[in-house]
Amino acid sequence: MNTENLQTSYETSRNKKLIGLFAVGITLFAVVAIVGLLISMLGNFLIGGLPHFSWEFLIEAPRNNNTEGGIFPAIYGTALLVILMAIMGVPIGTATAIYLTEYARQDSFFARSVRFGVNTLAGVPSIVFGLFGLGFFVQFVGKGADAALGNTGIVWGQPALIWAAATLAVLTLPVVIVSVEEALRAVPRELREASLALGATKWQTIWKVVLPNAITGIMTGLILAVSRGAGEVAPILFVGAVYSLPELPDQLSDQFMHLGYHLFVLSTQSPDVNATMPLQYATTIVLLLLTFALNFIAIFIRSRLRGRALK
Amino acid sequence: MTESREEVLKNPAPINIQKRKRYLGETIAETTIKVTASFSILLIFLIFIFVFKEAASLFSTSTDETPATENVSTPTETPATAPEDDLKPEVYNPETDLLLEENQHRASGVAATDDLKPEVYNPETDLLLEESQATATTTGEAPESYGADITESPTGETSGETKTEENPDEAESYNPEVEDMPLPTVGNDPQVEEPEEVAPKTIWHNLLGTIWQPVSEIPKFGLLPLLVGTAKATLISILIGAPLGILAAIYVALFANRRVREIVKPAIELLASFPSVVIGFFCMMTLATIVQNLFGADYRLNALVGGLGLAIAIVPIIFTLTEDALSSVPGTLREASLALGATEWETAFKVILPAATPGVFAAVLLGIGRAFGETMIALMATGNAALATWTILDPIRTFAATIGAEMGEVVWGSEHYSILFFLGVLLFIFTFAMNAITEIYVKQRLIKRFQGS
Repeated sequence: MNTENLQTSYETSRNKKLIGLFAVGITLFAVVAIVGLLISMLGNFLIGGLPHFSWEFLIEAPRNNNTEGGIFPAIYGTALLVILMAIMGVPIGTATAIYLTEYARQDSFFARSVRFGVNTLAGVPSIVFGLFGLGFFVQFVGKGADAALGNTGIVWGQPALIWAAATLAVLTLPVVIVSVEEALRAVPRELREASLALGATKWQTIWKVVLPNAITGIMTGLILAVSRGAGEVAPILFVGAVYSLPELPDQLSDQFMHLGYHLFVLSTQSPDVNATMPLQYATTIVLLLLTFALNFIAIFIRSRLRGRALK
Repeated sequence: MTESREEVLKNPAPINIQKRKRYLGETIAETTIKVTASFSILLIFLIFIFVFKEAASLFSTSTDETPATENVSTPTETPATAPEDDLKPEVYNPETDLLLEENQHRASGVAATDDLKPEVYNPETDLLLEESQATATTTGEAPESYGADITESPTGETSGETKTEENPDEAESYNPEVEDMPLPTVGNDPQVEEPEEVAPKTIWHNLLGTIWQPVSEIPKFGLLPLLVGTAKATLISILIGAPLGILAAIYVALFANRRVREIVKPAIELLASFPSVVIGFFCMMTLATIVQNLFGADYRLNALVGGLGLAIAIVPIIFTLTEDALSSVPGTLREASLALGATEWETAFKVILPAATPGVFAAVLLGIGRAFGETMIALMATGNAALATWTILDPIRTFAATIGAEMGEVVWGSEHYSILFFLGVLLFIFTFAMNAITEIYVKQRLIKRFQGS
């Protein structure tokens, strides 16, 4: 046997090594490109917006036709909007998640169609939710409320805070459902079985045993939904957001200012681009800070949840 | 102890632990939960119904279904009747400082149908001539002079064509045969040879047209430019975003060590949490300038910038789903391949990636769905001009951007309103189909795989 031409199995040929280097190189390049893009975006926003970003910016109202001053009404409007959205959306999402994990037989037609509905809702474009908000909430429910309540001085059949919050609640429903389901599944099965063995009914088990243990996961879902809802602008473009208001919204039927909508109008339709440019970047920083803070809190809670479940 | 021991043993009490007293509150709570769970199905139907309802007026077959277009259709070409006089341009006679009605002007003997022909400006008489008059006299003659004696009557019966001997040089003359420059007439553009200038017969002919111009006199709702724009943006974003996302996922899932993975995964999830307004803002401000300097584009905001923005939005989706799919391939497959002598990259590209194909396919499909319906990036970074070309450095207009931009200013219940809702229906159906295909395909493939192995 000629031993010079034998190639032992753990030695790779030079060609393969080169191709291997190329493969690793190109995939690494993709990673570097994406992370580099992220860093350059953040850097761009910080460089452009930090000079204008200050405590006064967060507290004051806009002046001088939105070319100076702060953006407090936008922050206030966004906060009101997400609070209402959470009040409307989280109970429905939690209930659906409870049904999917506790009550549904996994291969029943109803359970599968509920899951299909949730997946489809997750994929619908946000502008279609805006159209839905307009066509259903404003036109149907609002005008129906107007007709039912008669002449109360408040017109419900027009773009308003409550309809925008309802639209966003529908939009973030899949996020809530998936997070709460994950949290409910993280509760150990033995806990449920012990509770049932001690004589509790199924509902008592859910309400008094499972839910309190899943409360952190529910909070994670809530925070993720809030962070998603605070950033979406497309649904509220014509369901309630406005560019400037004489006073802060104090009724459910008022219109409101919104951080993302404010950024959109400032950057595309402002009359004096040079004066508003620092404002645009500063608004971007505020919006990003809000989103990141919410996401970090959610991740922190989620990692604590996982740590506890592994014990 | 009323029963003896034997009787109790013969009739044991039935085991009915569950048959305790049912509390009303509990039943209500459970029923509420089951009803609420159906909300998500109900919502899908509601969305479809109510968005379709506003678009439904497009599908009615009544003859007066296009009132808007009929109102602005061209004035009929009848002889000047009294109500139509204000549609004809009025002629200004500087001498008498009066505005003449055109039919007065025309009373000098020109046929009624001549007001459709381009009108001629005769500098001599400072009056507008009918073309028939001018052509009858200026063919083959020397240019008319400007500023010669004006000796016409106030009614405009001009004879400017006879004053040519005075200045036979290059005074500018207006020869309608050489320069056809019609003055714009209200409601009537005779130079534009569009058959659609008469209102389109049905709304479907209009929708299949090639111009999107909802705010002109004759609104044109051709969907083709919007379709081409959306297709361009989606294609560019997928061609850039899918390879980037998949390759990055391969690195992070298969080649990277744990520390790199722990840094990169959260970083890309951070990118995923960016609101799309912010991405659109970045594209509009910074990326557009970079692209313009690199490629020398005519327009700063074009399909390429929009496609890049959409790619930024979909890369995290594709990355996350592909990484999940690659990680869920059983470790035994990888170890077996390595044990048989394959290199790391051979394992990755020839064993694990094919095994994760359903997940990767689903990721790309979801990315396409997201790019198709993305609104804010398309509104801010694409230039918003409904052009139906295939050049990537031209501005475009996508479906979602059209809805977002025009919905705020549309008239309730008008045709434009219904068409925008119809676009929403199209978007909904498209993403619904994408989701359904993903679910069916992925499930079938996964079922086959796990049953086969």
